[in-house]
Amino acid sequence: MVEMPEINQEKCNQCGLCISVCTCSAIVLEAKKVTIIETEDCHWCTNCEAVCPTGALTCSFDIIVEE
Amino acid sequence: MTIDVTFLKSIPYFSVMNAVELDAIKPSFSEKTIQRGEVILMEGELSDTLFFVAAGAVKIFKTSAQGKEQILSIARPGEALNDIPIFDGGTNPINAQAMGPVILYSIKKERLQSILQQYPNVALNTNKVLAQRMRQLVTLVEDLSFRHVLGRVTKILLTHAGDAVGTSDHLTQQEMAAMAGTAREVVARSLKALEEQGFIRLERHRIVIADKKSLEDIVADSG
Repeated sequence: MVEMPEINQEKCNQCGLCISVCTCSAIVLEAKKVTIIETEDCHWCTNCEAVCPTGALTCSFDIIVEE
Repeated sequence: MTIDVTFLKSIPYFSVMNAVELDAIKPSFSEKTIQRGEVILMEGELSDTLFFVAAGAVKIFKTSAQGKEQILSIARPGEALNDIPIFDGGTNPINAQAMGPVILYSIKKERLQSILQQYPNVALNTNKVLAQRMRQLVTLVEDLSFRHVLGRVTKILLTHAGDAVGTSDHLTQQEMAAMAGTAREVVARSLKALEEQGFIRLERHRIVIADKKSLEDIVADSG
């Protein structure tokens, strides 16, 4: 399973801004629902989170100390 | 639903109790499962039940009239969410929201009060917990008032860092901004600056601290 940004459908207003900024085409509109497709091409640029006006899309980071 | 006595012992309030005493208070607790994103407490409400985090992480925050969020802390297992209204009888001063799946233990205010009367050592421990909470809030005021933004972001990274086996917190840049009292864009710029200096690496889904000592120096010099 590839970790991907998460979307809260209750908060999403289907504005499509995230789709327009995604550089790897991982976000699509399917049946009037913004959907995230698992892909290794997503390099976690967090542009989708930055433009989301409702805070529905989130890209969380694990913070780890290098061994 | 089983209340775990070993876990009760790990709650700072009750850490002084022996096994027999813990068994005696065990029936006073209930367990509740909360889904990610669910709001547990809202500012302005009265509380008749004290909640402890048994598993997961809970965001404790204030929201301004304009919708700006300030995260005060992230409560982890063993920590109470709403001891302020339980002890002063006022309304809840904070909001609490599950950051992932959360299990809560709860106890009614009246039952807690009778435990405190019956076991003075628990009451003393409670004072200690509340003093630690006060210290934490004083430190937050100090950070927000005197520390520059890069120092605040760096301190957040160090505070919430775990090891590679999944013990770290999962934070978005928006959540880091709500902790640091700044905008998401500023957090993004700060992370970029730390990466350019070689102190961290921004990888897919994770921030790797490559030079902990340099980050500690930034925090020390930022206050």
